[in-house]
Amino acid sequence: MPKLLVDNKEIEVKEGTTLLQACLDNGIYIPNLCYLESMDDPSASCRMCFVEIEGEEKPITSCTVTVKDDMVVKTDTLSVRRLHRTAFRLLLSVHHVDCKNCHVNKKCELQRIAKYLEVGLKPKHLEQHLKEPDIDQDHPFLDYYPNRCVLCGKCIHICRKKHGQSVLTFAKRGFDTVISSYGKNDVSSLACEKCVVCVDICPVGALILKEAQE
Amino acid sequence: MSPADNEKLDQVFSAIREEAEKRRKAFREAPVPKIHIGMATCGIASGALETKKAFEETLAERNIEALIHPVGCIGHCYAEPVVIIDHPDSGFPPIFYHEVTAGKAKMLVKLFLEEGDPRFEHILGATVENDLIPSVMEFSRFNQEKRVVMEKCGYIDPEDIYDYIAEGGYSMLVKVLQLTPDKIIKEVRNSGLRGRGGAGFPTGKKWELAMHAEGQIKIVICNADEGDPGAYMDRTILESNPHQVLEGMAICAYAVGANKAVVYIRAEYPLAVKIVTKAIQQAKELGLLGKGILSSTFDLEIDVFRGSGAFVCGEETALIRSIEGYRGMPRHRPPYPVEKGLWGHPTVINNVKTLASVPPILENGATWFRGIGTENSPGTAIFSVVGNVVHAGLVEIPMGVTLRTLIFDICGGILNKKKFRAVQIGGPSGGCLPADLLDTPIDFDSLTEAGAMMGSGGMVVMDEDTCMVDVARYFLDFTQKESCGKCTFCRIGTHHLLRILERLTKGEGQDKDLEQLESLSEDIKTGSLCGLGKTAPNPALTSLKYFRDEYEAHVKEKRCPALMCRSLIAYYFDLDLCARGCDACATCCPVEAVFTTSNRKKGVDQELCVKCGECMVACPPEYDAVRKVSPSNLVPVVERAPEKK
Repeated sequence: MPKLLVDNKEIEVKEGTTLLQACLDNGIYIPNLCYLESMDDPSASCRMCFVEIEGEEKPITSCTVTVKDDMVVKTDTLSVRRLHRTAFRLLLSVHHVDCKNCHVNKKCELQRIAKYLEVGLKPKHLEQHLKEPDIDQDHPFLDYYPNRCVLCGKCIHICRKKHGQSVLTFAKRGFDTVISSYGKNDVSSLACEKCVVCVDICPVGALILKEAQE
Repeated sequence: MSPADNEKLDQVFSAIREEAEKRRKAFREAPVPKIHIGMATCGIASGALETKKAFEETLAERNIEALIHPVGCIGHCYAEPVVIIDHPDSGFPPIFYHEVTAGKAKMLVKLFLEEGDPRFEHILGATVENDLIPSVMEFSRFNQEKRVVMEKCGYIDPEDIYDYIAEGGYSMLVKVLQLTPDKIIKEVRNSGLRGRGGAGFPTGKKWELAMHAEGQIKIVICNADEGDPGAYMDRTILESNPHQVLEGMAICAYAVGANKAVVYIRAEYPLAVKIVTKAIQQAKELGLLGKGILSSTFDLEIDVFRGSGAFVCGEETALIRSIEGYRGMPRHRPPYPVEKGLWGHPTVINNVKTLASVPPILENGATWFRGIGTENSPGTAIFSVVGNVVHAGLVEIPMGVTLRTLIFDICGGILNKKKFRAVQIGGPSGGCLPADLLDTPIDFDSLTEAGAMMGSGGMVVMDEDTCMVDVARYFLDFTQKESCGKCTFCRIGTHHLLRILERLTKGEGQDKDLEQLESLSEDIKTGSLCGLGKTAPNPALTSLKYFRDEYEAHVKEKRCPALMCRSLIAYYFDLDLCARGCDACATCCPVEAVFTTSNRKKGVDQELCVKCGECMVACPPEYDAVRKVSPSNLVPVVERAPEKK
């Protein structure tokens, strides 16, 4: 079993584990939003879990690294923190911060990261750019809040895993990217009424059952 | 393969080669004039179809026999449509004509083909040395080039495989089929060839990794998803000499052990798609592709895949995803495609120019190739030089030539005698270099060091009327729109960069904006998932580095030094030059912002003016009275004539 040194703490983990998982399993927190242990191929899209590894020139996302024996890792250097904070501020600059009225208040991954990074939820440096409309009610059972979503893709992955094919998918491109059910709103063919895996896995409360809101 | 097999291979190919030579001889020796017309997209856009039609009609009308030979692009875009007329009976050598419109075509048939007068005023030069007409090789646009990849472009018919074979084409495939893959890869490694898609990864090494990669099935992909604004090298090569690329692909496939290959062409290149599809068909018919190539045991199927126009699909992992039918979104590397590529199989992805370099390298040897260019960047570079430059077009030069030589000697310098401001190299991922860096040699390492990058070959030359802040805004607008939206830094970061740059060009910039532009750019470079995001801030970073004073003028003085940012300029008429009673500007103004003064000269109502600049175009050159100023509050106050009662 590979042994590695993370922030001067020696940890021993199973061969083939990702560095991020290894740290999380050993009580070392690294901010992350899009990582799921069950993904064969980490999407590495949230760009939060940067660490520094001895011998590597630049910070690297820990979800894409498999642990190796004698690896020396730092999760809190200046350059790593800078990337954590910038990525987080970028996400917040498109996030409608309204925690009081959000159903995941106090359970939200963004609140946790803000506390960890000591970054306010309303960053002063960047302008806010919110999407219109604030809510997408296309799906018969789910409401989607694009201005809460961090586009981690966990909902898509988990839906595909459970049902073979995902009801949800990314739609549009670039800055306009959203999660969409692409008009799949034929109630009879959807298993969504009794399944809430996507709602449960969303780290930021961007998906919610319509009836739960009423 | 055994010696007997090799002999059979040679036999099969020499039959094809003989046929090609027979056809070539028949064409050359036909006792009639030959008219070669450049018929690639650039030629067609300039009217080559009409030119060809005019030749055909006039020849028929006047009952003159001549052979029309459609060829690809020779690279001289400034001169399109380009025609070479070979009329041996006239006593003149083959002559290169430029800008041959339909009218000129008719005239050339009558006067040159019928009466023997070559019309000197329309000649660019002769294609060979002779005593009658100066050869085009006397011009630096021709003689300073070194053609390796594009040697046959513009001289052969891309839709006729025999034309390529008669020039020695496919003989390298025949040669390599008699070698072991090791030997081929060693030769490519020794040549020092680096990937021409932009990153400059050693091609031989990539092939070697793919050869050793585990997997029964291996795949070769030719990346022709060219998307940089102003770049069209790959399109031109595919439209002018597709078989050289196919031959390169076949050699690569044999070397790495692949039996399947894909040419990934963007759908916006319909002519390239058509020509490559036809080329594959022709090669298959002759047994140069398909099952048991030239009676050997090597099989190769090449398919054409049309990319749907997303810029990010030029990134290899996104390209693979899009072939597989998913959203064109990049994935984290490693694993690299050479380990796990299309459908999970080891995949070599090479640019068009890289693959097209392979047959000449094998023909002339690695040492010959190393003799061209610089030590770390051997060979040639192909650029599409566009923008404010006299002789725009495709240029193939040895690596190591300086930017100054390329822009001023080979391409004739800046249009309209204006001053040089900057050159943008490497498309939206590259950088803008100033006049101080014109002596930078063109090679992978020097350009990267200067803050630009080789890129795939787009080069935009800009004159003094270019606002560098606006240029950065333009490129950020492009990358921001082309971001796939997957990762945080690129999706949201480039959006913020663009907003800051937009603010600057509107005069709404603040002191902290420049600092934020810099720090955000640095973070996007380190933090992004793929090459698009990692390089997207380059235009902003380099222009900020080399043209910081322009940025500061926009922020602090609300002034655009190039007088281009509309929000920061104002138009007025110099009353000393303005001609009494002339109404040229007033009649063209779309918003009626031009008024008349009491002495019947003109003034601009700044409230109404939309700064379109039409008045500047309309003002007769003998007056030249329209002026621009920045910041806009410097505009002189001009009084209207009092209203008549």
